Amino acid sequence: MSDLYNVSSSPHVRSKDTSSRIMLYVILALLPTTFFGIYNFGYRALILILVTIASCVASEWVFEKIVHKKSTINDFSAVVTGLLLALNLPATLPWWEAVIGGVFAIVIVKMMFGGLGQNFMNPALGARCFLLIAFAADMTKFAIDDYTGATPLALMRNDEAVNTMDMLIGRTAGTIGETSAIAILIGAVILILLGVIDLKIPGTYIITFVIFLLLFGGHGFDANYITAQLCGGGLMLGAFFMATDYVTSPITPGGKILFGICLGILTGVFRMYGANAEGVSFAIILSNLLTPMIEKITVPRAFGLVKEGKKHE
Amino acid sequence: MGFMTFKGGVHPYDGKDLSKDKPIRELLPKGELVYPLSQHIGAPASPIVAVGDTVLRGQKIAEAGGFVSAPIYASVSGTVKAIEPRRVTVGDMVKSIVIESDGEMKEVEYQKTEDASSLSNETIIGKIKEAGIVGMGGAGFPTHVKLSPKEPDKIEYIIANCAECEPYLTSDYRRMIEQPEKLVAGMKIVLQLFPNAKGVFGVEDNKPDCIAKLKELTDGDSRMEVAELKTKYPQGGERQLIYAVTKRSINSRMLPADAGCIVDNVETLVAVYNAVVLGQPLMNRIFTVTGNAIVDPQNFYICIGTNYQELLEAAGGFQTECKKMIAGGPMMGFAMFDINVPTTKTTSSLLCFTKDEVAEYESTACINCGRCVEACPELLIPSRLADYGERGQSGLFEKWHGLECVECGSCSYVCPAKRPLAQSVKTMKKQTLAAKRKK
Repeated sequence: MSDLYNVSSSPHVRSKDTSSRIMLYVILALLPTTFFGIYNFGYRALILILVTIASCVASEWVFEKIVHKKSTINDFSAVVTGLLLALNLPATLPWWEAVIGGVFAIVIVKMMFGGLGQNFMNPALGARCFLLIAFAADMTKFAIDDYTGATPLALMRNDEAVNTMDMLIGRTAGTIGETSAIAILIGAVILILLGVIDLKIPGTYIITFVIFLLLFGGHGFDANYITAQLCGGGLMLGAFFMATDYVTSPITPGGKILFGICLGILTGVFRMYGANAEGVSFAIILSNLLTPMIEKITVPRAFGLVKEGKKHE
Repeated sequence: MGFMTFKGGVHPYDGKDLSKDKPIRELLPKGELVYPLSQHIGAPASPIVAVGDTVLRGQKIAEAGGFVSAPIYASVSGTVKAIEPRRVTVGDMVKSIVIESDGEMKEVEYQKTEDASSLSNETIIGKIKEAGIVGMGGAGFPTHVKLSPKEPDKIEYIIANCAECEPYLTSDYRRMIEQPEKLVAGMKIVLQLFPNAKGVFGVEDNKPDCIAKLKELTDGDSRMEVAELKTKYPQGGERQLIYAVTKRSINSRMLPADAGCIVDNVETLVAVYNAVVLGQPLMNRIFTVTGNAIVDPQNFYICIGTNYQELLEAAGGFQTECKKMIAGGPMMGFAMFDINVPTTKTTSSLLCFTKDEVAEYESTACINCGRCVEACPELLIPSRLADYGERGQSGLFEKWHGLECVECGSCSYVCPAKRPLAQSVKTMKKQTLAAKRKK
């Protein structure tokens, strides 16, 4: 056998990109907002982040042990899920609730549906919504500097004034990772420069949402209001880090645009007419469910088929 | 800077530095040469020599098996040793003529043509057909068929494929550096057949020296120009090249002629010149032996039929253990398990690598990242097509335009999960086409 050489189908070279490297890039891009969250909310934020990540990674490892599958924790996707989930939690959440969230995200949303690449909904957001329903009080209690306070979106709902400068920087109440628009945008730039995401989804999402606000926001063209709506709640974090989740967003270029439009409209509807001031998480997981349908109607026409119209059967 | 290009594509490590500065070296073959009867698309050639016959270099040894076929010529003088199935680069056994070289290279006499411009179109195409010229970039489509479109007046572009977008290959590059005048002369002959056509040399902008040489040679000729193309794989793919040069796009059911184009490879045009002006049949080509396992990477002027083993030895053999050998480029070439195979009209290179990148990575679950979609020059969704292929869903495969795949391999190259996307798509494409033919 030693005289024989390796054979395989072409191509015989591979790029250096790997799934785990992409996950590491995402983690890197999340670091600015993570650090800001810890700075903003103190040691409790740090503990919650670590607990949630540990819960996610451990759930994946244990689940795969039980069902005798090869461990996939080396791809770091569970770390990303854990980190994203933690960034979507209020820093005051009891740690054991975060653990439950982590288990739910990995076991119920991800592994039960076949593991990485097969889940139909963003695991971190699925878990967040689960926690929102299960532990409503703890999940909506926000505090900053040990004073319980309303989030900017809740304030705006009651027509109270908000400081948009604080919201850009992030010195407001909210979940660990959502408050600082600047930190999230730094992360977004990192993702774009590293080629992890492009602007198709976040761009159409934000533009659609702004148009929705202009039409139905009831404030007309009020730059202050629009900025506050964009920086408030989970919109920035959701648009750049969770709506762009590969697995649960359409792969077709046209589908990405349509997906972003869905997100913008749903977020607008939920924020304007919903019971809650926040709507990003629900908008994203609902749009996740639409992804297969969106892909089906946005199959791109192949090169050279442009003028031909529909293919004959 | 070249601005002409297509959408999609990838930038693999090009590795051309290993052999690009090695001048073409003529290699005289020893021992036996093997001529597979099927080294082109179309009917196999049929032998017109018998075992024991002595042949001269330049003597026809097999006749074309039909209109879409090509004759084969001996590239050395010697004795016919056998006519039997032999292994070829892709691994199949193909009926071949085996000639034992006498080392003397005695040649037949060639009929030269001083002034090609006085020849009629029929004569030119006849000479090309008789010389056994086929597309030498790899496809092996008989050139005389390509040059006989239904409506010659509608051909507006003759595109010389000088892109050489496959990594590591430098044979076309050396030809353009050392003998650009032959290439231009070949183009001139082809242009003679198509009065309404313009000759365009499509060169990637990583070969500025070739661009300069070709520009100098075509300067003042209103019918020829040089197109600087962006360096990107698969820039030399026929559909991509046509699009880059003319902004016209064709699909799998169209021929380049439907877009008013004819595309020919560098070596093919040189062969046209040799056939029409020098009267020589196709017997030689440039061949690159390279890769990090090779002692002394080289560009050889070889006699078609020479054994790969001989070429490997001429390049100094292996300096380290070779894990993978590829006939052709790393993106679309064939991995070989055995080196004892002959070169043919369409083989351009031997690559020897000390590691097999494919085997080094384990394929994991698709994360739907869409890199394959961005890379696909045919604007397909390779990850889905691969799924449909693996599950045998030919209906969905066709609906998502799987048959448009050009098999360039860009999707497998970029896939971070290291899935063999191109392999699944290619397999399904073959099965779907085969099922269609049966119907």
